[in-house]
Amino acid sequence: MNKNDILKCCDECWHESEKPCNDYIDCLNSEPKCHTKEECAEFLKTNFAKLRYDVIDKPVVFIGTGTCGLGAGAGKTKSEVQNFFDKKGMEVQIVDVGCIGICALEPIMDIQVPGKARLSFKQVTSDVVEEIFSDFFNDKINNKHIFGQHRNEKLEAYSDVPFLDEHPFFAHQTRRVLENCGIINPTSIEEYFARGGFKALSEALRRHTPTELCDTVEKSGLQGRGGGGFSTGRKWKFTSNAAEKQRYLVCNADEGDPGAFMDRAVIEGDPYKLLEGMAITAYAIGASKAYIYIRAEYPLAIKHLNIAIARATECGLLGTNILDTGFNLDIVIKMGAGAFVCGEETALLNSIEGKRGMPKPRPPYPAVSGLFGKPTVINNVETLANIPNIIGNGVDWFRSIGTEKSKGTKVFALSGNITFTGLVEVAMGTKVRDVVYDIGGGIPNGLKYKAVQIGGPSGGCIPEHLLDTEIDYDSLKKVGAMMGSGGLVVMDERTCMVDVASFFMDFIQRESCGKCIPCREGTKQMLEILHRITSAPKNGQSTEELERYQSVINLNSLANVIKDTSLCGLGKTAPNPVLSTLKFFKEEYEAHIFKRKCPAKVCQGLLTFTINPDACTGCTLCIRACPSDAIIGTLKHPHHIIHEKCIGCGSCVDVCRFNAINVE
Amino acid sequence: MITIEVNDKKLEAKQGETVLSALKRAGISVPTLCYLDGMTPTGACRMCVVEIDGFADLIPSCAFPVSDGMKIQTDSPRVLNARKTIVELLLANHPDDCLYCPRNMNCELQNLSEIAGVTDRKFLAKKSEHSLDFSSPSIIRDPEKCILCGRCVRVCEEVQGVSAIDFIGRGSRAIVATAFNEGINVSNCIFCGQCINVCPTGALTEKSDIKNVLNAINDPKKTVVCQIAPSVSVTVGEEFGIKLGEDVAGVMTSALKQIGFDRVFETSFSADLTIMEEAAELVSRIVNKGTLPMFTSCSPGWVKFIEQYYPQLLGNVSSCKSPQQMLGSLIKNYFTKSEGIDPKDIYSVSIMPCTAKKFEAGRGEMGLDGVDDIDAVLTTRELVKLIKMKGLDLKSINPMLPDDPFGDRSSAGKIFGVTGGVMEAAIRTAYNMITGEDLKNLVIKEVRGLEGIKEATVKIGDLEVNVAVAHGLGNARKVMESIISGEKNYHFVEIMTCPNGCIGGGGQPIGLDLDAVRARMQALYRIDEKEAIRTSHDNPSIKRIYDEFLGKPNSEISHKLLHTHYHKREDILV
Amino acid sequence: MSMTAIEQVIEKYPEARREYLIPLLQDIQSLEGYLSKESVVKVGQHLKLPASKIYGVATFYNQFRFNAPGKYHIQVCRGTACHVKGSSSLLDTVTRELKIKPGQTTRDGLFSLEVVACLGACGLAPLVCINGEFHASVDNKKIKKILKGLTTEGKKNE
Repeated sequence: MNKNDILKCCDECWHESEKPCNDYIDCLNSEPKCHTKEECAEFLKTNFAKLRYDVIDKPVVFIGTGTCGLGAGAGKTKSEVQNFFDKKGMEVQIVDVGCIGICALEPIMDIQVPGKARLSFKQVTSDVVEEIFSDFFNDKINNKHIFGQHRNEKLEAYSDVPFLDEHPFFAHQTRRVLENCGIINPTSIEEYFARGGFKALSEALRRHTPTELCDTVEKSGLQGRGGGGFSTGRKWKFTSNAAEKQRYLVCNADEGDPGAFMDRAVIEGDPYKLLEGMAITAYAIGASKAYIYIRAEYPLAIKHLNIAIARATECGLLGTNILDTGFNLDIVIKMGAGAFVCGEETALLNSIEGKRGMPKPRPPYPAVSGLFGKPTVINNVETLANIPNIIGNGVDWFRSIGTEKSKGTKVFALSGNITFTGLVEVAMGTKVRDVVYDIGGGIPNGLKYKAVQIGGPSGGCIPEHLLDTEIDYDSLKKVGAMMGSGGLVVMDERTCMVDVASFFMDFIQRESCGKCIPCREGTKQMLEILHRITSAPKNGQSTEELERYQSVINLNSLANVIKDTSLCGLGKTAPNPVLSTLKFFKEEYEAHIFKRKCPAKVCQGLLTFTINPDACTGCTLCIRACPSDAIIGTLKHPHHIIHEKCIGCGSCVDVCRFNAINVE
Repeated sequence: MITIEVNDKKLEAKQGETVLSALKRAGISVPTLCYLDGMTPTGACRMCVVEIDGFADLIPSCAFPVSDGMKIQTDSPRVLNARKTIVELLLANHPDDCLYCPRNMNCELQNLSEIAGVTDRKFLAKKSEHSLDFSSPSIIRDPEKCILCGRCVRVCEEVQGVSAIDFIGRGSRAIVATAFNEGINVSNCIFCGQCINVCPTGALTEKSDIKNVLNAINDPKKTVVCQIAPSVSVTVGEEFGIKLGEDVAGVMTSALKQIGFDRVFETSFSADLTIMEEAAELVSRIVNKGTLPMFTSCSPGWVKFIEQYYPQLLGNVSSCKSPQQMLGSLIKNYFTKSEGIDPKDIYSVSIMPCTAKKFEAGRGEMGLDGVDDIDAVLTTRELVKLIKMKGLDLKSINPMLPDDPFGDRSSAGKIFGVTGGVMEAAIRTAYNMITGEDLKNLVIKEVRGLEGIKEATVKIGDLEVNVAVAHGLGNARKVMESIISGEKNYHFVEIMTCPNGCIGGGGQPIGLDLDAVRARMQALYRIDEKEAIRTSHDNPSIKRIYDEFLGKPNSEISHKLLHTHYHKREDILV
Repeated sequence: MSMTAIEQVIEKYPEARREYLIPLLQDIQSLEGYLSKESVVKVGQHLKLPASKIYGVATFYNQFRFNAPGKYHIQVCRGTACHVKGSSSLLDTVTRELKIKPGQTTRDGLFSLEVVACLGACGLAPLVCINGEFHASVDNKKIKKILKGLTTEGKKNE
């Protein structure tokens, strides 16, 4: 059976996993190499044009059905689209695409008709589908939902619609890793071919030795995008120089940082890019088996990976004797089971081996003794997704952007109190301010910026006066944050930084593996100290106050011992969120400690709820809503809150229709 | 050899060794907690951190290899502060009941706290709350006192190959527990107590019978008798400042008398009896082409182990009860009659280097007509406590001989306490039973020593008898697998649950002091060397009991009192 | 789940390699909803691993449960973005409304509650996932309404 009919020009030359051909990829991208036939060359050319949707013969509707899109209702949108065309008796091709990155405006739906540019609409929930299409087929662009048009020289542009690449969200980005996300059908290997896919692998296998590839990657300056920032090329070399011949490649897709979803989006939106990167890497380090360790919380990404691995294997780009070069590679998916610490290399390896994900002391390093005791390279998704472009476009191309020490781009997941939550890719050296304000559209609802948390539980906060910090590995470290895997959570003035520190501490102490004492016990104690600061005074006993002060004094020195002695990166960086907020938001801590007030009105224990008798109409709604029976009063008379009973949950505020409840 | 620099002094170190091992050899003390000699370092506790030039963070010396020119600081203020904080963190989550703890004054955490100079409770988070597991007759688990060093987990897995316990849960909620955190009595724990020996705190202790024993002693109606296992007399002295390996049998006997035991017997006597029965069984199996190889059955942890993991081989286990149970049975069914005591009024205590013996004494098989063979089992540690409670000083007591009718023993019964001892004793007697003569050289060197698995072929008449000796159940498992696979063909196999045999038992003094263990072994062999009666069949009391009561080995009455059968265990989570 | 169903899962991993432990447990849980003692013992026999080791592994990871989940399994995301947008109060509301703590199932078997570290759809924060379906931008009012709806639906179908 032909596995790839869509690309088959004639019977003469044909490629499948059973009879791999060295020239396969070249063939697809230009003309058949083993025979000369005009119509075959023409066939291949038009085929690619079709696969890039430059040439279409009926309307095509693209729907962003990544996890974000689906969460926003893209599934319903899709069936509504089908309905619409069925009702009209029109033919349509509906294409599922990944996430283009602007989660805030999901569901995103594109429509393209023959000869014309691809139009993108935002916030297309199922109820507006009909409206948008009715307008569209009456030559009207729906103003409320139009997002922009894709730029394509080969197609006629709409005169009155802005180009997407001029939208501030995209204009300041440099999309390399994300180039295909939200554009192509992620499960179609043919569409990936049509956009130059697997050219780099073909190139690497046929024209480069593994050593050359290691050199190229080292020269490119690519650093681990999982947060560590270690030179990827050097890491490869440790393994490729190892004496042991059985080696492994592990792709770390255990994106555990709360607030990070870059890897998910890349895998959901462009899984073949990852596979191609892995194949090149495996060849470079001499591995014939690779694992992808991915979170079980990402079912869609896993589904796409499974399809992609199966298709790539059918096409002879994975499996045995890839492209007739004698290189073999099997890729196995391993689902994580929910443990943040498994992002740590040695813990991840333990987890693949079926053990508790507890880190091991190093040395030995995984590069020398890793999975099943064999030399192992562990690279993060984004790192691997950078590889095809580096090999395909060269070192100079990669180094053309970035800062002196950090080259290339970095993908960030932008979330929190920001207008455009989503996925962005920027050149290294871009200022944090540009990401927050130019790309992210700033803080919504006219509120003030407070901080951006970068690097997740290992990272730190960047306050307003450091907003001009350039994003690269070193400068972020300098301000007490770290690159991390790329979660960027923006916080406005309603966020309490002590509460944020406490949130991360709680996260870390829950996710600590429990092996080493400083991390296991230390983080628990740090959390306790923060709790004492943020929780309600218990009848104001003086010993309690003393203990609170004493604890705060210990906070810093405890943090330093945890950093100094913990076994793995999780523990060594665990105090960072506390230290960073302590440094930049000292007054806020002091307000909690000395004044016993939470200026941002977040810490429930420090809030006082009172009812304004002038505004209260005595509707009793709050009395019924109060879970602790802390509100008394009768119908049509102003109510009263008994402070001793109040647990500060805010249920009364939620239900009050007269703004009668004051919170201080 | 390479050179390293420690605290500004040059030191020699071996390529490939860890920093800790180099420091130890040079006599530089670095506190450790999770570290266990001879086992894979886990780098978990971070107590042994040192400062090494060129590294930003502190480095755990137990898991870090030395390299030439390495510069190390073991006691810089930074290092000392880190260690102190770690102890403070542990104490913050540890109960404050030292005075009531079985490990008071013998606790590594207490020690570390003193060394680090901890003076107050610095951290105030609520302590973890867990319930005590006293479901088993042998071992009490107190997760609140556990500091998660993981030594017990490693011993149970790496030495014993049982893995009854593991880390359960994660982070500060992690505990060391059995599968499904069930009571240890329904787990696959074989109650060897090796975990207790390595536990730095009071998280694992034996279930003490001291109170019951004292109650019996204080009960005027009860005749309280005790038996002492072979290895106890060469161990107890250590705890009273007597030099390692000194046999204190005599003073121990008089101490027990002073404590209030009416009679003091020797388990070595019934060890001789076991040899008579077991050798006869072996000979009969060989002659009658019965199931071979035959396995020893005197180590109760091993018996539970084979019930759990190799039930198909239960037919290979000797039907002999262990020496403890044989003597217990004789006390209840023979001694009472000859003394005219109602079996209900006798309280029979055994003093063992073993926690599994407590479990064995409670087994349903171990009694007759509702009367248990043994009423209470004390470990060596409990004996030491009991002696101390009575304020006795072993150095200044006059020695006494144990009581009749179970006071005589051969030295063959005494070497039961060390790995290979049962084998050696059994061969001596089996040889006599088959050939009618004694071996010219009674010492069988191949089965002596602390090697994990030992093998020998002994020529008895025309027979070539292949034997194997293993101690530590990890080794036992290897032997079993080699038998099942057909790779090995043995006639007789001795298995001791604990590493090095009873002298390294789970009821022995806390710690894995190999020097002490070696001294105990040498003491037992010294006794064997200098004594006149070196074979079980020459023990006059043994001859007498066969003449007066049992008839001959494997007789009907001995089967009723001294033999039993074991069964596959279905009731536990393995 | 019947023993034969567990055996069928085990058959998918014929080799007794420890590497298969976590996938095996995942498969069993996705069939059974949780890990029963019997299945743990069965897996242990197949992989020649002590039950304590399996239990140790299973309790290490957030994914595994040891009691049956409710008809509606509610996952409240506690990622950073969700926290900043109020998921802490959201979680309080759910625990108050259902009177269960994370990890527990309501007495009527209708609801079970789980806290997840991050569902990775931070753009939709705060996020609640019920039986695999995402509910975006959930506030206290919205969650109460959802729970109410599910209670009626769940009781009706009984």
